[in-house]
Amino acid sequence: MTATGRTAGAEPVLRLEAVRKTFGDGRVVLADVHLSVPEHSVTALIGASGSGKSTLLRCVNLLERIDDGAVFLDGAEITDPRVDEDAVRRRIGVVFQSYNLFPHLTVLENVTLAPRRVHGVPRAEAEARALELLERLGLADRAGAYPDRLSGGQQQRVAIVRALATGPRLLLLDEITAALDPELVGEVLSVVRDLKERGMTMLLATHEMGFAREVADQVCFLDGGAVLEQGPPERVFGAPTEERTRRFLSRVIASGRLAG
Amino acid sequence: MSAEEVSAKDMSAENMRAEDVGTGAVGTAGASAERTGLPPAKAADPADYRPSPRRLAREAFRRRRARRSALIATASTLLTAVALVALVVGSPGWPAVRRSFFSAEYARQALPEVLKGLRINLELMAVCGVLILVLGLLLAVLRTLRGPVFLPVRLLATVYVDFFLGLPMIICLLVMITGVPALRLTGVTTDPLWLGGAALVLTYAAYVSEVFRAGIESVHPSQLAAARSLGLSHTQAMRFVVLPQAVRRVVPPLLNNLVSLQKDTGLVSIGGVIDAVYAAKIINGRSFNSTPYLVAALVFVALTVPLTRFTGWLTARADRRRYEGGLS
Repeated sequence: MTATGRTAGAEPVLRLEAVRKTFGDGRVVLADVHLSVPEHSVTALIGASGSGKSTLLRCVNLLERIDDGAVFLDGAEITDPRVDEDAVRRRIGVVFQSYNLFPHLTVLENVTLAPRRVHGVPRAEAEARALELLERLGLADRAGAYPDRLSGGQQQRVAIVRALATGPRLLLLDEITAALDPELVGEVLSVVRDLKERGMTMLLATHEMGFAREVADQVCFLDGGAVLEQGPPERVFGAPTEERTRRFLSRVIASGRLAG
Repeated sequence: MSAEEVSAKDMSAENMRAEDVGTGAVGTAGASAERTGLPPAKAADPADYRPSPRRLAREAFRRRRARRSALIATASTLLTAVALVALVVGSPGWPAVRRSFFSAEYARQALPEVLKGLRINLELMAVCGVLILVLGLLLAVLRTLRGPVFLPVRLLATVYVDFFLGLPMIICLLVMITGVPALRLTGVTTDPLWLGGAALVLTYAAYVSEVFRAGIESVHPSQLAAARSLGLSHTQAMRFVVLPQAVRRVVPPLLNNLVSLQKDTGLVSIGGVIDAVYAAKIINGRSFNSTPYLVAALVFVALTVPLTRFTGWLTARADRRRYEGGLS
């Protein structure tokens, strides 16, 4: 698919249709979720802890199997059991809350593992591309270091580079600043801003309301496993129609997280 | 969040800051000093510092206490040693035991023979050790395979491990050394050395595969999730992400198994292989003196002590790294 820009009616990169997911104990995590993520846009999932944000991301990446409904990537259903899950995951990048870097590999090896082993890129080429990305995120001098020698912010930026190295269609960001010390949050968020500038399609779960408001084209408020409110950030944050959204936002404001 | 977690987090933040200053990375140091209200680190001049009387008194007390501890430890050790020696030497059968176990003459005679036999033990340990690692890892990996095609493989590996974990070593050895030759298969060795070695490999591979499996399971599921999210297949994720971490973690327990294997190589002597133990037995048979057994025992102990110490050192280092790194 070529980057023809966002034209009305174009197939979104990601589409969720009536997605339902329950856990083994019968708890409904996602009930009838509909969601579209258009190309070159950023969608932010907000909601209280346990509202299903992370589970939704895991379902999109097929790390969790959905009970009902369907997920489409570039118009093709990926939740069909006949689909090759590895092939789907190759087109989606994921950044986790706890970084999940491979501790036995250097930064450069972390980044080049998938390009080399999955996409068959020759070593020299994979490393050149990885170094280019690391440079862009200000990490070139840490290429030979092991993850435990890096600060949390640096680790998370490496995780972002690792997810980008395979040139994904879609990037999933799961509360990527939640494990960081406050002073390190900024450096990670500025990377996401930069990615948005470059037109990366992203779906992110976040507690940083100020950031969601600033960077997202679309905000989705999840509550009790359903999308309760969805729309441009100005509307969801400025004039929420649902009582529960208002209550959630006032709680968040009370805890000082909407500043910014 | 518990108080412990909070303080751990604070500490790691502290480390990070220290490192940022050290490597000249972008200056979060100033900001964090402001945040915590601490003065900049290099404000105080070390030349001005003179230890306070409080510190000197504290240190003097610690020195006195350390001296006293050392004294008590020495006295207690000596006392215990004297008591033990008195107990053994004072026993009614001691003169006979001394003749049959502590004869300098027989010890001199036995040592070269035992050392010659020890070569067999060491060779056996080296060859079996490698085979055990390969077979043990293979068994552990086979048990992680997914998919219906591999069901029989998984099943076989599980049954194998269950069986050989329960089978007494000595019975395994006897069956191999006496049973296999009785089959009169052509092309299969009847040499008790080879068959005994095979029995060691069969039994130890089961133990070692359990060690590897524990290592594989100790790698956090999020590592597998991260690998799969990058598009790696289950096999690739195992090979490049899970196994390298698992193997590193199980090195200390594997060395414990090696220590144990080193001793158990002596068991092949029941098949008539002239190893260190059998060499001692030969002299004992000639002379009815048991000193050669003691010599063989001491030789084995002398071999295992360094290995055990090395294992301990390695484990301690790994623990230290885990705390320092704050990872995994």
